[in-house]
Amino acid sequence: MSLMNFFNRRTSAPVARERLQILLAHERGIVGGKPDLVAQLREEILAVVSRHISVQRDNVQVKMNRDSDISTLEIEVEIPAPAEARA
Amino acid sequence: MAKVLVVTSGKGGVGKTTSSAALGAALAHGGDKVVVIDFDVGLRNLDLVMGAERRVVFDLINVVQGDAKLNQALIRDKRLENLSLLPASQTRDKDALTEEGVARVLNELREKFDWIICDSPAGIERGATMAMRHADVAVVVTNPEVSSVRDSDRIIGLLDSKTERAEKGERIEKHLLLTRYDPIRAERGEMLKVEDVLEILSIPLIGIIPESEEVLRASNVGSPVTLNNPSSAPGRAYFDASRRLKGETVELTIPTDKKSLLGKLFGRRAA
Repeated sequence: MSLMNFFNRRTSAPVARERLQILLAHERGIVGGKPDLVAQLREEILAVVSRHISVQRDNVQVKMNRDSDISTLEIEVEIPAPAEARA
Repeated sequence: MAKVLVVTSGKGGVGKTTSSAALGAALAHGGDKVVVIDFDVGLRNLDLVMGAERRVVFDLINVVQGDAKLNQALIRDKRLENLSLLPASQTRDKDALTEEGVARVLNELREKFDWIICDSPAGIERGATMAMRHADVAVVVTNPEVSSVRDSDRIIGLLDSKTERAEKGERIEKHLLLTRYDPIRAERGEMLKVEDVLEILSIPLIGIIPESEEVLRASNVGSPVTLNNPSSAPGRAYFDASRRLKGETVELTIPTDKKSLLGKLFGRRAA
């Protein structure tokens, strides 16, 4: 390998790292739980909340994060202003 | 109290058997009573790597099914008297491994040994799930390579959901053992770095085994690398890992076969 090639070469390890991070973020939703667990949770939470408050489908966010010690389930429901809710 | 340790990885060929033999021998060398069990029913190799292939009479399946007593199947290592091997069957099917049978054998072994090392087969099928099922501690063997890291991630998920401890809501201790690591290539950006793999898998590091010709040399002659050449780079790395398994704090360095500055340059602390 020439010296020029040596300096111009793009390193491949950062590519590997990025590909793995994206892939595993997706796969972790499946492994150890039901397939589409997050999607199913979102639907059921939406159904329960909708019984009492009128919420937009897009205003319900469900996220799952896995870390070394704990996993977290983050649920964010945006509730419309009280005037709208009573209407 | 006896500890059941599973050496697992998901992917094949990353060094589970090599690591099981090397860690088992290192722990036994330190005075602990150790048994290493081959769970790779139908494709046994731990006997060969440990140099006991001509001494196998009975195997794990015979004991699980009650056809042989545990003492008849255990093979005592010729170099270390407190190291034993329980071989897998070469002819039987892995479906012969029943959960109750495996639990009974492990309970019996808990009475006699300090460490029960379960060498898992590759994959996520019966042999692998049985090897991890009753574990207290898991060593996840990973190469700095995308497919190995992905499979390790999957195995970590299974350890957290399908083991007896996980089902009881208890914690299973998990450790990462990074094998076939080349610090020079990692530094050049040609190989995932220790930090990359640690960040992705988020489990604590128990050791880094450098890529070395000593590993093949040891398996060629049927001796764990920690016995065949304890002062070699992988030998020292496995000895350090075995001390960390026992709870000792050992500074994390990547040993090299050539006496150079690299060990110092790439020295790192355990997570």
